[in-house]
Amino acid sequence: MSLLRKTIAVAAAISMSTMAMAAEKLKIGFVYVGDTGDGGWTFQHDAGRKALEAKFGDKVETIFVESVAEGPDSERVITRMARNGVGLIFTTSFGYMDPTIKVAAKFPDVKFEHATGYKQSDNVSVYSARFYEGRYIIGQIAAKESKTGIAGYVASVPIPEVVRGINAFLLGAQSVNPDFQVKVIWVNSWYDPGKEADAVKVFAAQGADIITQHTDSTAPMQIAEELGLKAFGQASDMAKFGPTAQLTAIVDDWAPYYIERTQAVLDGTWASTNTWDGIKQGMVHMTEFKNMAADTAAMAVATKEAIRSGELLPFAGPIYNQAGELVVKEGESLDDGALAGMDWYVKGVEGN
Amino acid sequence: MKIILEKRAQQSKIMAYASPVLAIGLTVILGGIIFALAGYDPQTALYYYFVEPLTNFWSIEEVIVKATPLILIGAGLAICFSANIWNIGAEGQLTMGALVGSFIPVMFTDWQSPLVLLLMLVMGAMGGAAWAGLVAFLKNKFNVNEILTSLMLVYVAQYILDWFVRGPWRDPNGYNFPKSVSFEGWQLLPTYGDGRMHIGALIALIVVVLLTIMMTRSLKGFEIRAIGNSRRAGAFAGFSYKGMTWFCFLLSGALAGLAGIMEVAGPAGQLLPSISPGYGFTAIIVAFLGRLNPMGVLLAGILLAISYLGGDGAQMELGVSVKTAQVFQGMLLFLILTFDTLIRYKVKIIRSQTAEGELT
Repeated sequence: MSLLRKTIAVAAAISMSTMAMAAEKLKIGFVYVGDTGDGGWTFQHDAGRKALEAKFGDKVETIFVESVAEGPDSERVITRMARNGVGLIFTTSFGYMDPTIKVAAKFPDVKFEHATGYKQSDNVSVYSARFYEGRYIIGQIAAKESKTGIAGYVASVPIPEVVRGINAFLLGAQSVNPDFQVKVIWVNSWYDPGKEADAVKVFAAQGADIITQHTDSTAPMQIAEELGLKAFGQASDMAKFGPTAQLTAIVDDWAPYYIERTQAVLDGTWASTNTWDGIKQGMVHMTEFKNMAADTAAMAVATKEAIRSGELLPFAGPIYNQAGELVVKEGESLDDGALAGMDWYVKGVEGN
Repeated sequence: MKIILEKRAQQSKIMAYASPVLAIGLTVILGGIIFALAGYDPQTALYYYFVEPLTNFWSIEEVIVKATPLILIGAGLAICFSANIWNIGAEGQLTMGALVGSFIPVMFTDWQSPLVLLLMLVMGAMGGAAWAGLVAFLKNKFNVNEILTSLMLVYVAQYILDWFVRGPWRDPNGYNFPKSVSFEGWQLLPTYGDGRMHIGALIALIVVVLLTIMMTRSLKGFEIRAIGNSRRAGAFAGFSYKGMTWFCFLLSGALAGLAGIMEVAGPAGQLLPSISPGYGFTAIIVAFLGRLNPMGVLLAGILLAISYLGGDGAQMELGVSVKTAQVFQGMLLFLILTFDTLIRYKVKIIRSQTAEGELT
């Protein structure tokens, strides 16, 4: 009996406290595909969440749910957030796109922000970063630093974002060494440390001496460090995991965007937008160029500046596809629409 | 010194029913201790895990949505396991059911008829049954261990699905992302309440009732139990083990396939590269927690579904890690199997070889 009474008391206390908080604070929810300790993608989104708490203090309250399966489960989690008084919800993986749109239609007063998708509505904004800009730079570094002329690319799932990254990497590499080779292994997951590590071992056996990854764990970096290869950090600074291996890392910095969007909700000026920011706006930045020759680092800095100023566009012609057909003419460059749906490889990529 | 398990001459009937209750109780207590050690108030945490999901209609509906595939698959597995036939690959059968069942909505997007949904469900069940049938065939023809083949075929099925969703069945307007076209109204299961609870819940309930009748009132039920208790005794009674293998795999495969297509035509609304967060594996826990009894499976499915929702809640409100929900499930299965073993066997400590010699 006393347990029951206690349970009811706890329930009452909880519901009262949520009500009281809802009255003053903006509750902000985050839905994560990995866990916050992945050292990569989710880690960076969580850093953005922490930045919100640091910036706004008592004005906001943030909550998150990690390792949410893409698909029907995510719809439940998002709905629960919307029902429980969360006013702004960031859904941080592509697979949450349709569930976000569905839930948003039911809760017109709640604002949604979906990362890396393409479906927008009155209360759903989309945002993503131009990671490919960083990939062009690391492609150049790889071509200049590699002794074997072969890089290994640990890829996740063949969606346009990943295909675009592979193309940008190779275009960067070819701008330095036209014969540079990239070997790609698909692990068919965003987070699978075991498979990611195996892929690196295979690359090493195939003669690759530079590793890059488009997956979320730090395993490729750790194995590269063990095997004495060089590697690039992904999403987050992975220098801790590869002090002598990491050449640089492409870091996603979501904090400024999250702060801007939260401010907009607090001010009542939030509107549905489509944001695709890169090096110029600071959403993508590169960590220190190290463990490489001085002239390589100088080239990387110069390329970064050229991309920042808009002088260099990674997807500027001439670009040939795998079959050797001219896809982008000299003097032209792919527009955002073509980049968003990219489903073809540039010349030189092995496999399909 | 040696520790051995000795079979008890007589098993307690009461204990057989008490064991899942004890296991749940102990899981809750151990869970509370884990929460306390992690620095959370155990009472609040347990409240979010097991009580809060039942405090409003929306989450009760979500419990039902989550429980539906678990119950459907778990009920089929319960029959299999009762006959001592080990289908570990329900996840693969679910995947195949989802794939085959999606054939019509993906290939004949414009065919609008009430028949479509019915055909989808039938084809889904057939897809799951066929995939499980492969295991039965290998077992009967070549005596291949069914645990191994059923499990391996899970991965095969997932790769086949993956290939379809990224290849020929990809949504042509989906920017090359791996998903099929979204299903339209007539290709989706009718829903109730908030719009996620679907007719599959009713189907699962009917299946549970039918299987209960089969197990308690029919010759087939007796045959399953007889073969399960002793394959030899079953053979003397004229029951075919091979026939039973076919029956169990086709039945549990069909139910898993049905669960798969109902996930696709229900909450998902389209074919995705992964359509289940491991329902086929969790259903193994459900089958055992439910005492390999369809009615028990119904309760166990609901309990597991509550723990999933409780996991969401505890994460959101308290910041408890997602891993805790999985620890709960693992603990539950472990304790149940421990209790089951202790019901059937007693632990005996033999001091030493010579002491044993003196005793005899």
